[in-house]
This record gives sequence, structure tokens and C-alpha cells, in this order.
Amino acid sequence: MSFEIPDVMPALPEIFILSMACIILVVDLFLSKTSRGASYMLSQATLIIAVLITVATFSEASVLSFSDTFVRDGIADVLKIAVYIATFMVFLYAKDYLKDRGLFKGEFYTLGLFAVLGMMILISAHNFLTIYLGLELLSLSLYAMVALHRDSIQASEAAMKYFVLGAIASGMLLYGMSMIYGITGSLDLAVISANAANVSDNIVLIFGIVFLLIGVAFKLGAVPFHMWVPDVYQGAPTAVTIFIGSAPKLAAFAMLMRLLMDGLGSVSAQWQDILILLVLLSLAVGNIVAIAQVNIKRMLAYSTISHIGFLMLGVVAGTEEGVSASMFYAITYTLMSLGGFAMIILLSRKGFEAEKLADFKGLNQRSPWYAFLMLILMFSMAGVPPFLGFWAKLSVLSAVISVDLVWLAVASVIFSIIGAFYYLRVIKIMYFDKAESSEPIHCSKDMSLLISVNAFAVLLIGLFPGGLLSLCLNVVSAS
Amino acid sequence: MALSDYLIFSAILFSISVAGIFLNRKNVIIILMSIELMLLAVNTNFIAFSYYLGDVAGQVFVFFILTVAAAEAAIGLAILIVLFRNKRTIDVEELDSLNG
Amino acid sequence: MFEDMQTVYIWIVLAPLIGAIIAGLFGKVVGRTGAHIAAIAGVAIAFILSLYVFKDIVIDGAQAFNGAVYTWLVSDGVRFEVGFLIDSLSAMMMVVVTFVSLMVHIYTIGYMKDDDGYQRFFSYIALFTFSMLMLVMSNNFLQLFFGWEAVGLVSYLLIGFWYKKPTAIYANLKAFLVNRVGDFGFLLGIAAVLMYFGSLDYATVFNNVDKVNNLTMSIIPNQDWSVITVICILLFIGAMGKSAQIPLHVWLPDSMEGPTPISALIHAATMVTAGIYMVARMSPLFELSTTALSFVMVIGATTALFMGMLGLVQNDIKRVIAYSTLSQLGYMTVALGASAYGAAVFHLMTHAFFKALLFLGAGAVIIAMHHEQDMRKMGGLRKYLPITWFTSMIGSLALIGTPGFAGFFSKDSIIEAVGHSTIPGASYAYFAVLAGVFITALYSFRLYFMVFHGKERMDEHTRSHLHEPSWVVTLPLILLAIPSVVIGYLYVDSMAFGNFFGDAIFVLPQHDVLGEVAKMFAGASSIAWAMMLHSVFTLPFWLAASGVATAWFLYMKRPDIPAVIQQRFSLIYTILINKYGFDRFNEIVFAGGSRAIGKICWRYFDVKLIDTFVINGSAKTVGWVSLILRRMQTGYLYTYAFAMIVGLCGLLLIFVYPLK
Repeated sequence: MSFEIPDVMPALPEIFILSMACIILVVDLFLSKTSRGASYMLSQATLIIAVLITVATFSEASVLSFSDTFVRDGIADVLKIAVYIATFMVFLYAKDYLKDRGLFKGEFYTLGLFAVLGMMILISAHNFLTIYLGLELLSLSLYAMVALHRDSIQASEAAMKYFVLGAIASGMLLYGMSMIYGITGSLDLAVISANAANVSDNIVLIFGIVFLLIGVAFKLGAVPFHMWVPDVYQGAPTAVTIFIGSAPKLAAFAMLMRLLMDGLGSVSAQWQDILILLVLLSLAVGNIVAIAQVNIKRMLAYSTISHIGFLMLGVVAGTEEGVSASMFYAITYTLMSLGGFAMIILLSRKGFEAEKLADFKGLNQRSPWYAFLMLILMFSMAGVPPFLGFWAKLSVLSAVISVDLVWLAVASVIFSIIGAFYYLRVIKIMYFDKAESSEPIHCSKDMSLLISVNAFAVLLIGLFPGGLLSLCLNVVSAS
Repeated sequence: MALSDYLIFSAILFSISVAGIFLNRKNVIIILMSIELMLLAVNTNFIAFSYYLGDVAGQVFVFFILTVAAAEAAIGLAILIVLFRNKRTIDVEELDSLNG
Repeated sequence: MFEDMQTVYIWIVLAPLIGAIIAGLFGKVVGRTGAHIAAIAGVAIAFILSLYVFKDIVIDGAQAFNGAVYTWLVSDGVRFEVGFLIDSLSAMMMVVVTFVSLMVHIYTIGYMKDDDGYQRFFSYIALFTFSMLMLVMSNNFLQLFFGWEAVGLVSYLLIGFWYKKPTAIYANLKAFLVNRVGDFGFLLGIAAVLMYFGSLDYATVFNNVDKVNNLTMSIIPNQDWSVITVICILLFIGAMGKSAQIPLHVWLPDSMEGPTPISALIHAATMVTAGIYMVARMSPLFELSTTALSFVMVIGATTALFMGMLGLVQNDIKRVIAYSTLSQLGYMTVALGASAYGAAVFHLMTHAFFKALLFLGAGAVIIAMHHEQDMRKMGGLRKYLPITWFTSMIGSLALIGTPGFAGFFSKDSIIEAVGHSTIPGASYAYFAVLAGVFITALYSFRLYFMVFHGKERMDEHTRSHLHEPSWVVTLPLILLAIPSVVIGYLYVDSMAFGNFFGDAIFVLPQHDVLGEVAKMFAGASSIAWAMMLHSVFTLPFWLAASGVATAWFLYMKRPDIPAVIQQRFSLIYTILINKYGFDRFNEIVFAGGSRAIGKICWRYFDVKLIDTFVINGSAKTVGWVSLILRRMQTGYLYTYAFAMIVGLCGLLLIFVYPLK
């Protein structure tokens, strides 16, 4: 048996992020409290360079490496770039929040970068083993980040719940993997896909698929494996919530796509119905329960659940069009949720968390500009044309309709009408209610700029969605 | 022993661990133990399949699971300590300030 | 005059938009006068250019224009474009929209003169004009939808214009939610068009109808539905929301919370007729589905009759006119169902003039009465407000269909056309529109007599201040009164029965009811004269006359009788005053069950929470389910783990067990 040196070029961004995460970890040890900004700058630089590396090596062709456990294709590159950018925005949004609360530590950034690495591995996984390792790297970093605020009872409770439920979910995922490994005789996604077609009706396979899907559904936050989402969103410091609520959704989408399309694409009939059930439950529970929320972080958590329902809808279709629609949805959702949570950070200040819906009362009187930005984000999340969220919904719906699941599209539309209500309520509160505090809103220049860019990106990409849509379609059909 | 014996054995292990998680309402540490048990059930599965398939990849996977399980336990216990310092208890029933 | 008509079209839409931007963004800089000059100038330019286009297309008979002015994006071979389709139908709509809008702009100077949101208001109505023009001039579905949503958005903004009034906000929210239902139907319809025709361009779609005509689709497995029928019904659901047809009509009466000028412009003359316009535009599709036409006709007939009856018991002057609008929209919808698209659009036009007139007249009364809207506190205003009185009388006469006035020609064409229709539901519709004539006359003249004649019921203070509002208010009334009289006579021959619309409207030979009606008058040199002469021998005329007589008897001669009737027929009165219980129905049926079980669960959560956040009746059920589901999120780890296990077992049971 000879050992071949694998081609490391496809994994260049991963190697770079890993090295930088380690360097920042060490550098941070030698920094005094006052010069903590260096870790922040270094992390941001890392992410920017990672974008450059990935863009420079971008190609639509797919390349396998590391004994076929790792794949680099157009989808992976696009998703990775989205992850870097989302994380960059998270770090920027989080900076002042962390400073105000004495949480401005190097750990946040190293853990964040390790989570990014986990996401990248997940995105590029081509083997059950890499999926598992990427998932765990991501999850373990996130558990620790939730507990970052060590003196907060809520944060530690949220971390505990997240950890326990996450561990159960990965246990189930592994159990499913072992079953599928047993019936197909391989851990490699492409081999699994080829072998599964011969045993498509085997009960062990279905059994494995059910367990596998639970693992993915948990990571995505699909009903009934969603219980952690609202508690963690609420309990974690908002700077961490914004991270959990954005980039990992891209990785979770990648995991769903790799497992179901690359690994089990040949037996799509076996998982389609399960996914439909999860979609319907997520849409129903997410949209309905959000209405009763008074905490805006919880409300956005339930809104995430309903968006996840829509996101999975494209994969239900199982076509190239559907997967690219889901990918588009994941990217747009990340952008919208970054903006939404950033607004919460914006309204919070030292010793005050703007978590209640009531804290948005009369925002229009306090700052018409920020109220307008929030209006764009809420309209987009509700799926009002011509905002970005509308195109995302439209593209998944048309994918579903094109495989003759019209009833599913109709049901999704009905639930999203119900959902429009609570987004609208936020707008009503901002514009028509009287402000409870007249305190002006302070925030740093860079944050104010980024949040405006973020909201306007939602509007502008909404007006010209063609580029991003066709990019998604191209990379999906090329792989 | 036949393959199915191992599978049934691991299924029983898995069920015990699941039952341990939601029947136990007292101690968080028992939940952590149950999680370990769940991973062991999975390992049994992998090894059994690996042996019967004559494919070594499954056993390699088990080594990775064991390693990750160690890291996971470390993080879990760390969170547990933070929790205990804040609440002075690790009673599962006390963990309810976030709900709805 | 203009070399390139395309430039004219672009300026027609841009002029109001520029006005809106100046009034809205630079309102503080340009001041009140600057804002209204900018907005009025923008709309006036659009009006004059629209007249020019009308002359070019209709009078000079120029070729219809259909082309893109800007390509937005190309995806999957489908082009999304901003484009214009200018034919006789859109040219007519453009003139109506810009004319009524111009009148309302001028009127607003007087109506809103004391309001803080003066510039904001002008910006909104100019923006509305822009959106409405985009809607009617569009040559593709996507732009139609854009205009559709944009007019809706401005309408919500304007309904909630006085956002300090809680009722205004409630009405605002209601309009939004009800319209969402319609919009999603509409959107699904457009999606279906895109899917089956592969294009959103009108011309391409209409040229390919033959290919789709016999296709079927299965929405529920094993049930095949004709694609055309499904598309038409979905599109019509959109129209039902926008044009307030039963059961999506509930938002329109409440929208009267907004300022009166917008009630005239948006909720009577233009926006609410967008649904009618859309269906007329889609005539090549609707013609192929008798099922869809029947559906349209029955909904329209029900709205026409039953909404009119509600007008009888209202005491708020604006609400009476609002129900009248609902009823007249019902007439137009019936005409669409009978394939009498020409008559529907014709009625749309005449109605735009006389209903805007009535609303603005009501607004003038409201100004004079210091924002009192209750008709029981009016009476005898004729001598204080002579111009308002006279123009309102013209409006009412036009509305009830007095021979010679505009409404007569359009309404009689519709009634005759429905009488000749043979599709299922036509006889019901014929009965409804006939009975509607009596009802229309009754409520119109009830309003007229209660406001302008009889005893003066206002208090002394109000009476001493009564005087005719300034010329900016009365001028639009006079200018609107003119077309309310003559427009019907001028255009009935060509629009309803002639070839005015040319290729813009398509009718199958076997559906051509207007052609049948025209045969009745064959030989007459002018159908208008023939119709007038003939009318004395027809039922509608005598129904209208008896309606007026009844109103006179009940509200002038024996004003004590209505109270007695109200007492004797208290059941009917209660039904009517509760608007057939549509609002209550929403509250009771959707929320009633919840209340019964709710009592048990109520103590677990704060009742105030629901009252505060779950505002609408139907939303109450959702809110209730929401709270129950919320209870399941107990906060305990073992509940969460249990939910996962239940999920696991559920999935195994559903998907693995059947394989055994």
C-alpha cells in the first residue's frame, strides 16, 4: 500500500483559515486588554483574504481530493464566499456590542473562525466522515460561543440546551449513517448514490434515511426538531445569535444538499415525502407561533423556522432548478437575517438589550432612517415584491410547481400569508406606535454604514435578482 | 454471532440512551452519560457492519467518533461548570427560564 | 407634434412620479404651495399627453403600440421588461385616470388645507397616479403586478394617513390582509401563466392560447382541471381582492377612514376598477373558460345586489357611497362574466366620473359640516351649498340611470347584455342586476333627500357657519359633472356596441351578447337615441323611478315610516346593519371555537397579550393556535428531547412501518 500525497490546492482556503485561526489564538495570548482590537482586525483580514483566495481559484468544474472525501466545485465556492462575507459582517456588527459587555475577547474570533472552518468542510464534504467532522467542528464552536457570556444565567442555560439537543441529533445522524453504510457498503457519497439505487426499497435504507434526515433537520431547525432554536436565539448574546442565525444556515443547506442530492439522489422518492412533511410542519409552526411572540429575538427564531421550511422546498423538488432556488434562498435569507439581528444590536446599548418588540415602538420618530431600513428588511422577509425575499420565495415555488406539487405550493403560500402578519406588526409598531424612550440611537460609523448597505442590498438585489439567480443556477447545473 | 444480533444489541443501547435523556429529570450529568452511550451504540453498529462488509472504513470512522466524543464531552462539562456557577444547581427541572 | 410616441408614453408615467418625488422628498424645501404645484403640474402634463395619445390612437386611428422600453432581466429565456401596450383600451383608461386624478389633486388643495401632512398627501396621490398608469399601460404581467402592488401600497398608506386614528390603522391592516389573499391568488395565476405559456408578455400569451386551451392540470391528485379555467379563476381572485368582490369586499367600506379625496380617486374611480380592467384585458383567456365566466358572473351579481342593500341602512354619508361603489363594481363584474367586456369598461368609465363626483360632493358637504359625516345630522343643505347640491344631484341621477345621463347608457347596456347571456348563472345575475336598479335608486335618493332636502337637523353653531367651500373644491365638481352627463351619450355607440376597442378585447362569436343587443336597435341611426326612446318601455326605467319615489315617500313625505319599518322588520334590519355578518362571521366562526376552549386555557396566559397583538377576527384563531403551540415550548430539556423522539417515532411509523 503506497501513500499518495493528496492534491492540497482545492483545500487552500481551508488550510489558510485553519492556519490563521491558530495564529490568532496564539497572538491573542500575548495581547494586552487594550490592544484586543488586533485580534479583530486580524480576523477580518483573514476573511477578506479568504474571499480573495476563493475568488481567484473559482471554477465551476468539480475537483475531488483527499481520497475523494473532499470536493471543490462551483456550489462550494459560492457558498464559501457567502460564508466569509456573512462572518465578516457578523464580526463587524458584533464589535461594539461585545465591547460594551466586556466580551471583547480573542475567543470570540478564534471560535468564530473555527466555526467557519467547520462550515467550509461541511460545504465541501464528499464523504460521511467529512460531513460528520465538519458538522462537529461547527457545532462545538457554536456551543462554546453561546456560553461565551459566562455570567449570564440565560446564556449558560441556552448553551446547555443547545449542547444536549445537538449531541442527541448528531447521535441520530451517526446512527443513520451507520445504517446507510451497512446497506450500501461505503461512506463515499458518490458510491452510496450508485449502490443505493439497487436497494431502494430496503427497509434498512429507509430507516437510515429517517435518522439521517433528523440530524440535518436539527441543524436546520426544522419542526419537530426545532425546539432549540428559539431558546438559543433568545438566550445567547445577540452578537452570537446573529452568527448562529446567518452563516451556519448556508452550511446546513450544503449539508442537506450533499447528503440528499449527492448521496441519496438516486433514491429521491424515498426521502421526498419525509421532507415534505418537515416543510409543512416548519411552515405551520414557524409562522403561527411567531405571532404570539413578544421577544423579537424569539420572533425572528420562529421566522427562521418558517424560512427553513421554504428553503427545504426547493430540495423537495429535487431538480437542478430546485436546488439552485434553495441555494438562492439560503443566501438571501442569510442577508436578511443579518440585517434583522443587526437592528437589534443597533438598538441595544450598555446595560440594555432591545429584545422586546416594544423596544421598536415609534422607531420612526427616533430615527426615520433606521426605521426605513427595518421596513425594507421586514417587507423582504414577508416576501413582498419587489424585495429580495419575494424572488427567493418565487423561485422555490416555481421549482415545486414544475414538479407538479401544486398543492404544496398553495399550502406554502397560505402559511406565508399568515406569516406576513407578524412582519407587518413590526412595521406597525415602528411607524404607528408612540416611542417609549426618546433616547437617540448611537452607533459607530462603520456599523451604521454596513447596516445601510445590508438593507439596500436586499432592496437592490431584489430589483435586479437576475445575476445572483443565474449564478446559482450555473454552479448547480455545472456540478 | 449473526450481524442482526449486533444490530439489535446496538439498537437496545440506543434506546436505553434515548430513554435516559428524556426520562431523567434530575441530573444533567446523566444526560451527558446517555449521550456517550448513544455514540457507543453507533460505534457498535459501525464495527459490526465494517466486519461483515470486510471494509475497514467503518472502523476508521469509529476512531474519529471516539475522538470527537472526547472533545464533545469536554465542551459539555465546561458548559456544565458555567451553568453550575451561575445557578448553583444542575437540576434539569431548573432549566426553564427560556420558554414559549 | 411628437416624432416619437414612445417618448410621450414615458413622460406620461414620469411626470407624476417626478411630482411625487418633489412633493415627498423635498416637501419641506418647496413648502405647501410648491408641493401642490409640483404634483398638479406632473398630473396635468400626464393628462394633456394622455389626451394627445387618445386622439392619436382613437380618433386618428393610429396603430396600437406594443413594445419594451427597458429590459429588466432575462432569466431562463423569460424576459422581464418594462413595456407599454397602448391601444384604445389603455388610452381610454389613461385619460380617465389622469382626468379624475387631476380633479382630485385640485380638490385636495381645499380639502386638506389645514392638515399637517399636506405635502405627504400630495406626494402619495401623485405616486398613486404613477403606479396606476404603470398598471394600465403595461404590456406584460410582471409590470401589471408591480403596478397592482404599488397602487395597493399607496392605498394602505392613504387609508392609514391619519395614523393617529385607531380606526384608520385597523382599516389599514384589514385592507392589507384582505388584499394579500387576493394578491396571492393573482400571483399564483401569473406563475401558472409563466409556467404554461413560458412568457409574461400579453401578446405572446394571447397568441398561444390555442396551445394551452386543452391542457389539464391536477392540483389535487387524480382530479384534472382545465389549465385555462384555473388560471382565469386565480387571476380573478386577484381582481376580487382589488375590486372588492364578495367575500373579499370587507376592506372597502372600512377604507373610508382615509381622507375623502382618496376615497374618490382610489376607492371609487381608479384603483378598485383595476380588477375590472385586468379581466377585460385578459378577455382572450377568459373567453375560453365558460366555468370561469360563470364564476365571475355569480360573484359579481351577488356583490351588485347584496352590497347595494347594505347602502340602505348606513347613516355615514361616505359609507353609503362606498356600498354603492361595491354594488356598481358588481355590475361591471357581471358584465365581464357575460362577456360584455365593452359594456363593463364603458361602465367603468362613466362610473369613474359620476362616483368621483359623488365622493367629492360628499367631501364638500363634510367640509361644510365641519367633518360631520352622519346624515341624520344634515338636511336642507340645498340652499347653503347650491353648487354642491346641483352637482350631487347630477351625480345621483347618473348613478341611478336616468335616461340621457352617463350611467343610464352603461348600466342599461349591462342589463340588456346579461339578459341575452346564456351561460350558467345568467338568469340569477339578470334578476340581481334588475333588483339592483331599484335598490340603487332607493339608497341614492335616500342620501340625496336626507342631505339636501327636508328638515335642517344640524345644531345652530354648525348652521351659522355653513357656506359653499372655495373654488378649488367646487371647480372639480363642475368639471366632473359635465362628463357625468354627456360621456354616455357620446360613447355608447362605439364603446358598448361599436368597434371602439378593436383588437384590445376579444369575444367569441357564441358569447357576443352585446352584438345580440345591438341587433335590437338595428336600423336606428344612433343607438343612443334608440336606447333612450326604448327605455320608457323597459323594466329598469320603472324600477329606478319607483326607487326614487319610494325614497321620496319614506324620507320626505313620511319620515316617520323608516323607523316603523326598521322596527317591524327588525330581523332584516339587523342583518343589514351587521353587513350580513361578514365581519362578525370572521370573528365568530374563526374565533368562536377558540373562545369556548379558550376559557380553560385563558388563565395560563395573559389575555391582554392577545388583545394587544391579535387584532383581527380571523387572526384570532391563528393567535390562539399560536399560543397553544407556544405552551408546548415549555423550556424543559426533556420536553425538547421528547419532541425529537416523538418526531423520530412519527417518521418511522409513517415511512418505515408501511414497508413491513
